[in-house]
Amino acid sequence: MKTRVLLVDDELQFVNALSERLTIRNYEIATSLNGEDALEKIKQYNYDVVILDVAMPGTDGIDVLREIKKLKPLTEVIMLTGHGTMETAIEGMKRGAFDFLMKPCDTEELDTKIKKAFARKDEHEERIRTAMVSASISSPRSVLEDD
Amino acid sequence: MPISIINRLKPRFWDHEDAIGGPYKHHFDFRRIWKRAVLVTATVALVPLIIWAVAGYRLHLDTTEAELKLRTSQLVSNSWRSVSLFLSELRLVLDFIAHDHTFETLNDKEHLAAILDNLNKRFGGFTDLGLIDSTGIQQTYVGSHQLGGLDYSNEPWFRQVLKHGVYISELVLGYRKEPHLDFAVKRDLPDGSFFVLRAALDAQKFNELIAGFEVGEKTDTFVINRAGVLQTPSRYYGPALNKIPIHISDYTPKTQVFESKNNKNEQTVIGYAYIPETPFILMIVKQKGELVQPWYKTGWAFTAILTTSIVMILLVTLAVASRLVDQIHEADQERVDTLHQAEYTNKMVSLGRLASGVAHEINNPLAIINEKAGHIKDIFTLTDTYAENPKLIGLVDSVLATVHRCAEVTKGLLNFARHLNLSVQTINLPEIASEVKGVLAKEAEFRSITVGVDLSEDIPPFESDRGKLEQIFFNLFNNAFAAMKDGGHLEIKARREDADFVSIDFSDSGPGIAEADLKHVFEPFFYSRAGENRTGLGLAVTYALVQEIGGRVSVQSEIGKGTRFHIRLPLKMPPEQQSDTGE
Repeated sequence: MKTRVLLVDDELQFVNALSERLTIRNYEIATSLNGEDALEKIKQYNYDVVILDVAMPGTDGIDVLREIKKLKPLTEVIMLTGHGTMETAIEGMKRGAFDFLMKPCDTEELDTKIKKAFARKDEHEERIRTAMVSASISSPRSVLEDD
Repeated sequence: MPISIINRLKPRFWDHEDAIGGPYKHHFDFRRIWKRAVLVTATVALVPLIIWAVAGYRLHLDTTEAELKLRTSQLVSNSWRSVSLFLSELRLVLDFIAHDHTFETLNDKEHLAAILDNLNKRFGGFTDLGLIDSTGIQQTYVGSHQLGGLDYSNEPWFRQVLKHGVYISELVLGYRKEPHLDFAVKRDLPDGSFFVLRAALDAQKFNELIAGFEVGEKTDTFVINRAGVLQTPSRYYGPALNKIPIHISDYTPKTQVFESKNNKNEQTVIGYAYIPETPFILMIVKQKGELVQPWYKTGWAFTAILTTSIVMILLVTLAVASRLVDQIHEADQERVDTLHQAEYTNKMVSLGRLASGVAHEINNPLAIINEKAGHIKDIFTLTDTYAENPKLIGLVDSVLATVHRCAEVTKGLLNFARHLNLSVQTINLPEIASEVKGVLAKEAEFRSITVGVDLSEDIPPFESDRGKLEQIFFNLFNNAFAAMKDGGHLEIKARREDADFVSIDFSDSGPGIAEADLKHVFEPFFYSRAGENRTGLGLAVTYALVQEIGGRVSVQSEIGKGTRFHIRLPLKMPPEQQSDTGE
């Protein structure tokens, strides 16, 4: 199964080029040009990794990140920043971003980071599944209750 | 030596040259302000003082001179009275004798001798006595010289007697060749004839009278005739019969006083008075110095006080003016400094905004170029059509490399803009360490690098620039990570050094740095890790950042064991660093 990636950036050209390149690298790519649209998509569909530009008009990257973590805590977020600053990076990491990258970014590096993020999410979900399995074994009724 | 004294005394504003020119330049000409202040203050203080002093001095001098003249005049009058009295007394006595006796009795030589004897007993100084008849022949003579029978009818004095009835001569030598004064009186007889009684007074007697006046040590009292010839000896002008070089006015009954100089060129006050019915003028010459000396002493004291006052006023004026202008200058300097500071801060802030704006604006298109070129490369490498065309691949790579170069430039601009904002905050060291550690935790995990953080409990929260401190930590972490192989260990240890400093050590287990390279590690573009794609700026920036927040960074290393970076930070930002805010 392909990794599902949502690419959020306000630059159409950037989004188009990057999404095509990531498609070549065998990802399933969805794009969004602003924060509000991105959040709508996240509500409707489960993405594995979100690549999020920090500086966007409208809802800004950090706010979008906060919302994503509220809606889908397991979805990993990689921040893209135009600032060469530690502050934004730290702010993003504090709010639960997986990692950050500076624009313009090296595609190979981005590729590696997406893979790592997905690996973590996968591992995370695996653990949850294991926990749920053990929970249902110890108390089969709980499966019914939770659903 | 004198130059250094002058430099020390010279107020600070003296050599001030205002960098700001323009229409208000004259406001800041401190020398001019100072000169004006000194001039006005000194004038206001000194002019009345000097006017008062000069007027007082003149007044006093005039009074003294007037008093001097008055005193001389009084002295002359007193002496004059004595001399007049003496002369008229002698004349009256002679007159009395002439009228008390008949021609016959006087013609008796013995009788005349008795009269002379009596006269000498009562008055003294008469050398002889003679009786002359109307024809001018001396009939009888008594005295020290044998002058009987002489014919005086053609003598001028005889004609004077005939005319005025009485005659007092000037000092004469006469037939006797001895200085004397002649007194002569005429008695008219009832029958129309007359006789003349003549007496000679020894000049010595006259001299004694004059010398007897109590007039003071340096005062010269003498008698002259109307032609200015001395009748008695003078202290300054020589013996009797010398002519004196003083001009005498025509007869006046009043005492005359004027100032002059004597033959020794000393200031003198000369007073004289005509003695009526005689050819004599009494003259007194006083030395002015003697009279004015007490006044000179007062004058000296006066001058000394005046000079001291003037000097004091000038010194105080100079000191006060210098101090005032100095304070104005200082205030002005502060104003100018603040202005410069504000200007500079403003400029740097604008520059920072410009830099970060440009960087942001360029970064986005740059990212697009990067992706487009990357996409082309992807197509080239993934499809067979262009894979065989190395030239096209080379061109795309060159585009990507150029994008990378531009990205470095914009990153540098952003870094520069960021450094403009030095914001002092209270720093909690463990928080920063864990934050930075958290950011790099992924890489550490991935490479199996362990990071130990050992922060002493006694490090208080301290003031510093948070962003810079984070950057320093980040750079040193990165540096250590880059230096170490997978599975290394980085230890961060912070200790409180003393009351004012905290030290932080970053020790890695990397390969270490050769001693020759050790002193270059903080230099820009020094690459110790050959072949790696690094900017060579990490440690240089770190060094600058540590300097900026008032700290020092040093490095120790041993080949094969690892490297330790030691940072010493002040617990309080140095004031000059704080004032650099915004640079």
